[in-house]
Amino acid sequence: MKDQQQSSVALPLPAGRAAYALGVWRNPGLWLVLAVVGLVGAYPIITNQAATREAIFTTLLSIALASSLNILLGYTGYVSFGHVVFFGLGGYLGMYLLNSGVGLPVAVLAGGMIAGLLAFLLGSAILRLRGAYFALATIGINEAMRTFISNFGPFGGPTGISLNFAVYKPYGGAAQALWLTYYSLLSLTLVAIVLSFQVKHSKFGLGLRAIREDEDAAEVMGVITPRAKTWAYVLSAIIPGMAGVLFFFKNGNIEPLDAFRLHFSIELLVMVMLGGQGTVLGPVLGAAGYQQLRGFLLTNPTFKDYQLVLAGALLLLIVLFIPAGAIGWLRARFPRLRRVLP
Amino acid sequence: MNPGFLLAYLIDGLLIGFVYGIAAMGLTLIWGVMNVINLAHGPIIALGMFGVYLLYTGAHINPYLALLIVAAVGLGGGFMIYWIAIHRVINAPHLSTLLATFAVNMIIIGLGTAAFSTSPYTMDFSLGSLTLGVVTIQGTRIVAALAAILVTGGLYLFLYRTATGKYVRAVANNRAAAELMGIPSARILALSFGLGTLLAMVSGGLIATFFPFTILSGGAYELKSFVIGVLGGLGNPLGALAGGLILGLFEGIIPAFVPNTWVPVFEFLLFVLILLVRPTGLFGAKR
Repeated sequence: MKDQQQSSVALPLPAGRAAYALGVWRNPGLWLVLAVVGLVGAYPIITNQAATREAIFTTLLSIALASSLNILLGYTGYVSFGHVVFFGLGGYLGMYLLNSGVGLPVAVLAGGMIAGLLAFLLGSAILRLRGAYFALATIGINEAMRTFISNFGPFGGPTGISLNFAVYKPYGGAAQALWLTYYSLLSLTLVAIVLSFQVKHSKFGLGLRAIREDEDAAEVMGVITPRAKTWAYVLSAIIPGMAGVLFFFKNGNIEPLDAFRLHFSIELLVMVMLGGQGTVLGPVLGAAGYQQLRGFLLTNPTFKDYQLVLAGALLLLIVLFIPAGAIGWLRARFPRLRRVLP
Repeated sequence: MNPGFLLAYLIDGLLIGFVYGIAAMGLTLIWGVMNVINLAHGPIIALGMFGVYLLYTGAHINPYLALLIVAAVGLGGGFMIYWIAIHRVINAPHLSTLLATFAVNMIIIGLGTAAFSTSPYTMDFSLGSLTLGVVTIQGTRIVAALAAILVTGGLYLFLYRTATGKYVRAVANNRAAAELMGIPSARILALSFGLGTLLAMVSGGLIATFFPFTILSGGAYELKSFVIGVLGGLGNPLGALAGGLILGLFEGIIPAFVPNTWVPVFEFLLFVLILLVRPTGLFGAKR
């Protein structure tokens, strides 16, 4: 058994690893996505408007989280209802560290690391479960973590952690710190997109997609499925862990109900589904579209009371009639677009 | 801890466990027959609460009579949800049915919030209480437990003693084979979903007779139903009653030793642990 695994790893890649990795950067699709997100992200910086910055902050956060969820959901085919657990845990550790005098960059890295570590430990256990059992387990983990943190003294129990105002001082005060968080989140979002793209166009990602199509067949073909799934889970967890620190640093305080909101996890699933699971552009488009729609419905006086009903009805229509999502539908309808719409 | 108090907690926990049991039965019946996790389960439980509440305060109908009306509405509503939201995606990957039922969840919560806001409601209804030594039990809870036993018995008789029940079990066992035997599987699926929502609405109605509730209250019972469903074996409706009793006892005993807020931590850890160690549940599922 061990020999088989060894030989499967040693198979030479057709074009050579380095050339293959370089080729990924030549893909026009990646540049298209990065350019769009970069331009939208740069808009509030150029116009120097704090109001648009706040709106785009939320969208960028959704893009980063949805893209990272897509690695597990879209490429590997595992439905997770607990993606927000990494966001919350990273946020909590980051806030705790910030209050004890650690700088923001270190706190962000620590948030990403703890989320990755949790995914690694959990992954080897719960990724054995398939289909709905895995989905249920992720709900259980999110709720167990939320209720545990509500009882955990060092993290402030049910009231959570509030940042000391002095924490913002080294960054030029609270107002300046908001801009800093924005730049950091924009960079993180771009990193998340590149990561999502690289994973999809690597041999590792090919293994993940083989698992999605048929896990048993993938295993027979030489994909070491437990290892591949665990790494997919870890990769998808790191970005939300880091984003959590940035979000709650900006927010100023963190509470168990905000940090581990099951509803947010489901919203992320909706975004990935809207745009098209398993594509790079899909989660980006889905997240932006979902936030736009939500903002519109929330502020529109006629729809304000019925925003949830309308969003639900729309989701139902998409699930029933366009299950591949916007990008998935376009790719299926116009095969030529596959080269530019990753 | 005074043993008398412990006994009181245990009895309270056990009685509420019966009601948890039928809530979970609805979830696990749908799972067992259709392979669908119904994320609209919580809001449907909440609709049961409001149904009984409105019939009692609005039309002055006895809550237990109102429960029958609510049950009928639940059955009909379940059919409707099945044909509109689920039938098209019943053979699609799990994510589709999860999101379809979640969309139903959003629609119900949205309409419910617009109609009732999210403020708490209480039913002004009491059947007195029974005092045995140090233990005092509310009458409504005893009746709720009895009703839950009745419902479970009814479900058992339906599933194991009627031809339609046999169809349901056949579809649960192997849908394709059942269809080849001439069983109208789509209608059986609709019926199963209807029964699942009926059970959820009834459990909600029973809970409303002794606990205050909001339109969002169902969420907590939905999560409990997941835990119970896994305890009793997903897809094993009768195991759900046993799972409900275990969870009820748990909720009765744990506060005697640690603060109340730790109860959900243990519940969810138990849930994940059982999924990992024995995903078929403590009593084994059918499959």
